[in-house]
Amino acid sequence: MFSKWLMNYEETAAVILFCIGFSMMLFNRNLIKKIIGMDMMDSSIYLFLASQGYIEGHKAPIVTGGVQSTEAYINPIPSGLVLTGIVVAVSVSALMMALSIRLYHRYHTLDLDKIVALTGREEA
Amino acid sequence: MSDRKSDLPGGRFVRWLNQDQDVLERQMIAAQNREPDSDEEMEEAWRRERFLEDQKEEEVVASRLEALNERKVPVIGRVVYMLGCMLICIAMIMLLLYTVTTLPGFGGEIDPAQNEVPRRYIEQGLQETGALNIVTGMILDYRAFDTLGESTVLFAAAMVVLFLLRLDPESNRYSTLAASIREEPYADTFYEPKNDSILQHTAKILTPVAFLLGIYVVLNGHLTPGGGFSGGAIVGAGLVLHVTAFGFEDIRRFFTYRTYQRTVVTALLTYAFSKTYSFYTGANGIESIIPLGMPGAILSGGLILLLNICVGFIVTCTVYVLYAVFRKGDV
Repeated sequence: MFSKWLMNYEETAAVILFCIGFSMMLFNRNLIKKIIGMDMMDSSIYLFLASQGYIEGHKAPIVTGGVQSTEAYINPIPSGLVLTGIVVAVSVSALMMALSIRLYHRYHTLDLDKIVALTGREEA
Repeated sequence: MSDRKSDLPGGRFVRWLNQDQDVLERQMIAAQNREPDSDEEMEEAWRRERFLEDQKEEEVVASRLEALNERKVPVIGRVVYMLGCMLICIAMIMLLLYTVTTLPGFGGEIDPAQNEVPRRYIEQGLQETGALNIVTGMILDYRAFDTLGESTVLFAAAMVVLFLLRLDPESNRYSTLAASIREEPYADTFYEPKNDSILQHTAKILTPVAFLLGIYVVLNGHLTPGGGFSGGAIVGAGLVLHVTAFGFEDIRRFFTYRTYQRTVVTALLTYAFSKTYSFYTGANGIESIIPLGMPGAILSGGLILLLNICVGFIVTCTVYVLYAVFRKGDV
């Protein structure tokens, strides 16, 4: 098992990073820390995708010297997917931060429990 | 005269096209012109009322927050929550680490991900798209609608952030939020260093370099690593650096909210229509009028250069607008 983890060390790192981000989202009550945790989860997914596309000894998929065989280049699809992921993650982080700013101006706290308590008593 | 114009078929459309007046706007203006004084007063009164309501609500929230801060937090619920979270996290780590052991080896050639799709992209990509950079050829030719959706997501996010954080310039008098951000002693930007000479000298050197590098990366997206997204982000970073050093006055002269809207919508429409044409001709077997060009030349790769420029514009504007809105609540 350990040898497998060492062999797939990039995937292992991605999984650990994902879990750190996930536990940050669960254990922290501060909204900004939750957003940071979410961004860490995003980054771990990029690492995972990029490592899935990597092939030992192959080069980046830019045609040089007219060579066009799968022997020469790594898999280009994960690179394109990571690009999509980065752009969407930027949009989502910007949106979450804007919403946090609005919540802070409304309730003067970033603590999610307090915000929930404040909104809950308002309805009652 | 305007009555005779509106009798013509499509007269309203022509007027709207000439931006004389919006059809709805004209009715609204007519309605406003009838009794201007009372309307203005009513709006003033409405604003004041809303301002007082906001103030009252804010006081209520503040008092509740104080009460919450004084109250003792129920410890048991917190402990149960923490234990549950720990269980979930540990289960997740176990599951994912177990999954890693079942994956094929890192960097191996025999891998389910290395199937016929990347083989096709690598072996036929240069002939079919004309781009040396296979990733660019993939995302801007085979999967161009994916990238269009991405750009639209970026635009939509910027619009929603603007919607959430933009401050009405006229609301300064009655909105406490606007006042607290704009008025000097309370403003978030009040304690920032202004006219920092180190920053200004660095920006003078770095901004042109960032612009040139960004434009190079955008224009060579089909030949070298890079493309519209990375190049646009570099140019946007140059703009942000300039704004941080010299303030918003310079850029406001040519870049306002309206410029942003027009640039991005034009870029998105250009992207959508040119790519629709290329997909239409491709799907129906019609010869496209866009030449692929010599691989390796700057004017090659069919539509890819144009699409990269469009994406570059969208990303540049969005990066700058997000920064400006977060910093001062307006573009």
